[in-house]
Amino acid sequence: MKHHLVLRVVTKVLIPPILLFALYVQFHGDFGPGGGFQAGVIFAAAFILYALVFGLETARRVVPQGTLRALVAGGLLLYATVGVVSMLLGDNFLNYSVLRPDATAGQHLGILVIELGVGITVAAVMIAIFFSFAGRPPTIKDEDW
Amino acid sequence: MLLTFLAVTVIAIIRARHLFAVVMLTGVFSLLSAALLVQLDAVDVAFTEAAVGAGISTVLMLGTLTLTARRERVPDRIPVAPVLIVTITGAALVYGTLDMPNFGDPTAPAHHHIVPEYIEGSEKDIDVPNIVTSILASYRGFDTLGEVAVVFTAGVGVLLLLSGGGMAGSRRGGEMDESIAKTPQADSVEPPGKGGATKGKEDGA
Repeated sequence: MKHHLVLRVVTKVLIPPILLFALYVQFHGDFGPGGGFQAGVIFAAAFILYALVFGLETARRVVPQGTLRALVAGGLLLYATVGVVSMLLGDNFLNYSVLRPDATAGQHLGILVIELGVGITVAAVMIAIFFSFAGRPPTIKDEDW
Repeated sequence: MLLTFLAVTVIAIIRARHLFAVVMLTGVFSLLSAALLVQLDAVDVAFTEAAVGAGISTVLMLGTLTLTARRERVPDRIPVAPVLIVTITGAALVYGTLDMPNFGDPTAPAHHHIVPEYIEGSEKDIDVPNIVTSILASYRGFDTLGEVAVVFTAGVGVLLLLSGGGMAGSRRGGEMDESIAKTPQADSVEPPGKGGATKGKEDGA
């Protein structure tokens, strides 16, 4: 891709808005359409676009394999931790009302945190799957396309 | 109108033999489905369908395509038994839809039971304008936890299968860095997705 100057410049321009939009979808999910699942996918899209244009190895340097694996598990753990915390505070598993003195505020906090957990896991899994697919040697020659 | 487009896309997918075209057409199909879901006021599901179906799965299918053949083998005879099974199953499913309530029917079971409670509660108890979010994250929080676990398991499975197990994957990855950048598909593709997440939104909406 080194010779595709336009593609590289356009990608560089596009990636920040994609990441910003993902964060908007993530944290605005309570008020509009969206949430952790969509935000995670959009976030991963930015990284995959980067990997497509700048090469897999460059993208792997941005998100090292170890970090990626930690994030895959970390999101799910974050979600489950919210449940355990609400249990330790004396209510049911994943009942967010006890997280704050005010039940509504507790619900808001709980939803925000678990959506973040969903987003982290989904984004990391998408990037990991793409990396493992793209990391395999292609069997089709370029001319065959 | 959208349904007509969908049908045309399906016929094109069936007729196309070049798998690159087929992958692109499935992306088009997903985008049309997303438009259809917006029409039905299911914005959250449409969002997921557009991001996952049209985006990520297209990229992943293209990635798979580089590992397999680019053309579909034409079968020398029509496979009778599968066609029969598919036809019978399809007919049974269509027969099943006859019993379903009409779209937007206020007496439909889906609008009763606990749903009124959810609609009222998400304003009063949770105070979140998007009811889909309040059901998905709070009322059905346990389900969503399971869904995230499914995504996690899928990711772990793919990592185990495709990266050759453990650290071997990261070492091998280094030799193949340019593999994806070389393929021309890189020019035409933008974003990414995975099937497991689509399911997640469906109960919510």
